[in-house]
Amino acid sequence: MTAYDLLIAPFADFAFMRRALTGSLVLAVGAAPVGVFLLLRRMSLMGDAMAHAILPGAAIGFLISGLDLFAMTVGGIGAGLLVAVLSGLVARTTVLREDATLATFYLISLALGVLIVSWKGSSVDLMHVLFGTVLALDDAALQFIALVSSATVLTLALVWRPLVIECVDSAFLRVVSGTGATVHLVFMVLVVLNLVAGFQALGTLLSVGIMMLPAASSRLWAREIGAMSVISLVIAVLSSAIGLLLSYHLNLPSGPAIILVAGGFYIVSLLAGPVGGVIPRSLPRAHRTA
Amino acid sequence: MSALESPRARPYSAAVTFTNATIGYDRHPAVHHVEGRFAPGSLTAVVGPNGAGKSTLLKAAVGALRPLGGKVSVEGCPRRRIAYLPQQSEIDRSFPIPVFDFVGMGLWRSVGLFGGFDRTADERIAGALATVGLAGFERRTLDTLSGGQVQRVLFARLLLQDSPLILLDEPFTAVDERTVEELLHLVTDWHAEGRTVVAVLHDREQVRHHFPQTLLIARHVIAWGETASVLTASNLRAARSMEEAWDDHAPVCSVDEVHA
Repeated sequence: MTAYDLLIAPFADFAFMRRALTGSLVLAVGAAPVGVFLLLRRMSLMGDAMAHAILPGAAIGFLISGLDLFAMTVGGIGAGLLVAVLSGLVARTTVLREDATLATFYLISLALGVLIVSWKGSSVDLMHVLFGTVLALDDAALQFIALVSSATVLTLALVWRPLVIECVDSAFLRVVSGTGATVHLVFMVLVVLNLVAGFQALGTLLSVGIMMLPAASSRLWAREIGAMSVISLVIAVLSSAIGLLLSYHLNLPSGPAIILVAGGFYIVSLLAGPVGGVIPRSLPRAHRTA
Repeated sequence: MSALESPRARPYSAAVTFTNATIGYDRHPAVHHVEGRFAPGSLTAVVGPNGAGKSTLLKAAVGALRPLGGKVSVEGCPRRRIAYLPQQSEIDRSFPIPVFDFVGMGLWRSVGLFGGFDRTADERIAGALATVGLAGFERRTLDTLSGGQVQRVLFARLLLQDSPLILLDEPFTAVDERTVEELLHLVTDWHAEGRTVVAVLHDREQVRHHFPQTLLIARHVIAWGETASVLTASNLRAARSMEEAWDDHAPVCSVDEVHA
């Protein structure tokens, strides 16, 4: 088997592989930096909670018009934004912190989603919603992913500075500018959009993986947020390509294959990452004078 | 945008006036019926036991807390321009941001959301870092600094904010003597430039040596004026005997009626 057969042929020969590759690469462009901010805001688990929260919306879309991506997307975005806004609002007006309010709302949302799916659909459909179909992306789905990624990159470019300040020193931002709450909300919208875009390709559960695993890995390679974003993007892109190839050659389900490759990158980073990785930390190195 | 673009407030003009102000949380006042003024160009230490309402007073001046009664007004400095240093706990020190970028926040008013950092901005940031004794720290990240260094970085940011009104909430806790001395020097410089400076402090010797004005509070104003006349034995005894009561069924305060 030549390198061509191994790396290029699957994509050259099959349109569905090309679509899958395009979809997951474009997805990575938006999801990677969003994941880095989630990580640095100590909201790594929030992506997971939001992924569950979008389920009832997708399920209602499914209920109304069957396995139609448009309906499920609109429903997912609606449910995600509702949970994000509600939990943010409750966190700012009551004694409950954001993690608590998010947990409560996403649990309600998830229960509702499971109820709706089991009421109308079969468990096969549920699996479909939860684990996605990267090998069956149609034009509309690809266009939606591209739209979300472009919007994410543009928006991040606009709110980068206040978003960073909000993360480091929100009290400062509150004094010098009234944009704190808005910036937070805009960021939450980006998280929801990227998760919904991801759930078509990877499913609700695994779309968090392509957001968080590369982000966590990047922290072990870089000290600054810009560099972290680039590294996490590279890892997400590599994971997508390698995962798809593995899924093709070894006949594995594609979504989990992509995430497991990202998981592999994470373990390698934990061991070898120059910023606090296990091996660099245990190497005897002469210290500097200052 | 108006707050950001308003004409630069001149030194000597910033003041905070409390008019029968009661400030607190959830109907329970932390400080009662404050009456007085941080005058333009004054340098005031705010002194009092824990729970006396010192931080609460500053938060009200910045506008982060609305008074439960009375009025807190700031003249000569738009609210958004106040340079406010809260107690350190609110900063995420684990965030991997370079010192340069963090100090650069101080230029928010001139750079704003999208403006670029030009050569002068670079020089001003480097200059501010040199002033606080951290020259060459630009590329270090915040998570690698010691407590005292972080405090110096925060002062560098205050320098760049170039505000006529500077409010410092316990700026010298957990900082070694040499650093305190250098930072105090900055504070007296600000005073000499005519800025209005208010600092919450605990070290009485520091206050006696460096702060002409003192406000002594213990949930209400005990004394406010020349430091020597405020920090007397009888005043301090009165402050120590403060009650730190939080009674859910405390009767509604009736001082207002007396005032009226």
